[in-house]
Amino acid sequence: MNQTSKKSAYELFSPIREEAERRIGELRSNTHPNIYIGMATCGLASGAMEVKKAFEDTLKERGIEARIIPVGCLGHCYAEPLVMVENPGFPPILYHEMTPGKAKTLVKAFFEEGDPLFEYVLGAMEENDLIPTVKEFSRFHSEERILMAHCGLIDPEDIYHYIAKGGYSRFAKTLSFPQDKILGEIRESGLRGRGGAGFQTAVKWAMVKNAEEPERFVICNGDEGDPGAYMDRAILESNPHQVIEGIAICAYTVGAQRAIIYVRAEYPLAVKIVKRAIAQARELTILGKEILGTSFDLEIEVFQGSGAFVCGEETALIQSIQGERGMPHPRPPYPSQRGLWGKPTVINNVKTFGSIAPILERNGAWFHGIGTEESPGTAIFSVVGSIVHAGLVEIPMGITLRRLIFDVCGGIPKKKKFRAVQIGGPSGGCLPEEILDTPIEFDSLTQAGAMMGSGGMVVMDEDTCMIDVARYFVDFTQNESCGKCTFCRIGTRHLLNILERITKGEGRKGDIDLLEDLSLDIKEGSLCGLGKTAPNPVLTSTRYFRDEYEAHINEKRCPAMMCRTLTAYFIDLDRCARGCDACVGSCPTESIFTTSNRKKAIDQTLCVKCGECMTACPVEYDAVRKVSPPELAPRIERPKEG
Amino acid sequence: MEVHYRPEIEQEDEAMFLDIGSMLEGFGRHRGDLMPILQKIQERHHYLAPLALKMVANHLNISTCEVYGVATFYNQFRFHPPGKHQIKVCLGTACHVKGGDIILENFERKLEIKAGETTHDREFSIDKVACVGCCALAPVAIVDETVHGHMAPSKVEGLILGFEIEKERQQREKQRGESNQ
Repeated sequence: MNQTSKKSAYELFSPIREEAERRIGELRSNTHPNIYIGMATCGLASGAMEVKKAFEDTLKERGIEARIIPVGCLGHCYAEPLVMVENPGFPPILYHEMTPGKAKTLVKAFFEEGDPLFEYVLGAMEENDLIPTVKEFSRFHSEERILMAHCGLIDPEDIYHYIAKGGYSRFAKTLSFPQDKILGEIRESGLRGRGGAGFQTAVKWAMVKNAEEPERFVICNGDEGDPGAYMDRAILESNPHQVIEGIAICAYTVGAQRAIIYVRAEYPLAVKIVKRAIAQARELTILGKEILGTSFDLEIEVFQGSGAFVCGEETALIQSIQGERGMPHPRPPYPSQRGLWGKPTVINNVKTFGSIAPILERNGAWFHGIGTEESPGTAIFSVVGSIVHAGLVEIPMGITLRRLIFDVCGGIPKKKKFRAVQIGGPSGGCLPEEILDTPIEFDSLTQAGAMMGSGGMVVMDEDTCMIDVARYFVDFTQNESCGKCTFCRIGTRHLLNILERITKGEGRKGDIDLLEDLSLDIKEGSLCGLGKTAPNPVLTSTRYFRDEYEAHINEKRCPAMMCRTLTAYFIDLDRCARGCDACVGSCPTESIFTTSNRKKAIDQTLCVKCGECMTACPVEYDAVRKVSPPELAPRIERPKEG
Repeated sequence: MEVHYRPEIEQEDEAMFLDIGSMLEGFGRHRGDLMPILQKIQERHHYLAPLALKMVANHLNISTCEVYGVATFYNQFRFHPPGKHQIKVCLGTACHVKGGDIILENFERKLEIKAGETTHDREFSIDKVACVGCCALAPVAIVDETVHGHMAPSKVEGLILGFEIEKERQQREKQRGESNQ
């Protein structure tokens, strides 16, 4: 082939980028308003679909021209449904907690009369003289977005939106680089796998690149099984191309021609969006055969997981792609030596691949400068539970838990007290107030007994029982244990039995020691990460919340009043009003009856302790009380019929 | 609750097996095809009947127990036909902390079935699901395709009552339509 006439991949890519810029420029210079609606799963659950319909109907009804662009997730779940409006003459404005009614009013007021309705506004997205910007909120201010930089701001179903933001140009550029140069840049960035264990990404890639076997695979692990973490879903739904670009760069570097994105079955929307993104990239010859005129071929497929937590473990994930039960294998051989179908395989998390393009856009040193020396870069946490500003937060590694929970996310609502934060899902642990000054990074969290894990973070207030939380996680892991290792299979079952006994007030002396011994044995005797970390919730709770265990075992009392066998509801007859029936209808088991003096009382034998009567009781009476141990509730007999 | 036996169930089953048979033709016979096949059956018919597993085993030339072993390993597959109205109660961490198990219990008590089961008339089925990713709305239940956030036991009653009223209304209309003819 004539070398001089052959265009480089980057040159072939330029017309694609120009086209993207033209399209986006047209969108921006539009004389009509643009309405961006957050339509990822969380937005949809909060009613984004209804809001979109209300916008469409009202626009049509009033004959106003405006473009509605569905976008992904901004990560601010507490404020969903979120809508951003670009109205010519105004800065882009972010509206929160939209409803169909608000949408209708907004169309009329903003597009017809030019009133942006300050009462609905969260903030402006750019500096201006009219409206305070969202940057002034600590929730926006403290974040540093690399992975989620474009999430919620671009249309995930239109590849040109991503290209206009500079997407795929790094990939096009790297296609003319020697592989070692890319690897060097990744090594310098110090990027560690974002799946939880924190293995050096460059080391993994180098192993596959230098393997003897010519056929290699790249797998993107999107099997996000941790209940309470959903950042992988949000990224795949909001900006799939950034992940695809990372996978493509990885495949080029290690010399793989096939890649698989493994997405959890519970994320149908993510599967749909990723598939569409791959198809669009193929159309523009960014994927497929002879990519951008080079000799490099890459096919990316989507494989749907089927709901097994253990498949997040890399060897189990490979088993499941091969059509087997997802059971882990001993390592070595590592997947980078013998992985999918016995070939060298790179497996990285969604977030790891998402970091690749931004690193190559600047350089490795820039990335290394963010976060801490040992854990560079940013981390995404899904902060949920008892917290004011729940949602996805991307912060530089190394800031303390206290800052994240109280400054960035607004602390605990309803003036309740902080009790614990659970980090890392079923593999992590509950950390108490004393540990809150720990910086967030791979190693310090492991030292504290928790784990970075998937980045799920559940904040708990004083009404949460630590033993019940430990029981919940052990219940989860014992269900998900694949059954290969005896300690994990039977040991977690025993842990669960003991914890259940304690939460039912049947705890015995010596149970705490037994739990700790058994936990250490399970850690020792299990092969994979699931078993090795399954006892973490138990170990951290016995370490930091021993007094709660003692209260349960010795006094048969649940200090948080959460364990249902150890609590009881009763109605304070001094406060209950004669003739008020509010609680009666609310009770699902008809356990509330009228006493001889026409007040109400609860039949303890029927009560399921759901707490509905407490919610139903009018605030002016506030007569329903909750106590632990249950013996503290006065016994009131139901009057005889007739 | 009253249980009605519907004779059309048998016909529905027959049609399902015919469909699975023709669908299998479109798949390869490689071991790696097992999961996609099972997922496709589940997607189209919402559960894996014993006969369906046997058909898959024949197609891939492996034993039925091998197929069963793989299918039962994964939570996604169900082995009972789902109800017309599928109720999924989220038991993710955030929902658990906010009382998701109380919501589940209320559904179970009201419909007199356990999680993973279907009422005899195939009207309702209840499932537990791990996090559906709307933790900020906890506790969450998904009924059919709609996500109901901030659930409470009284909302459970309301939801089921709503379906029952709707069903009665449809029956009345059907009767009225018949008597008009």
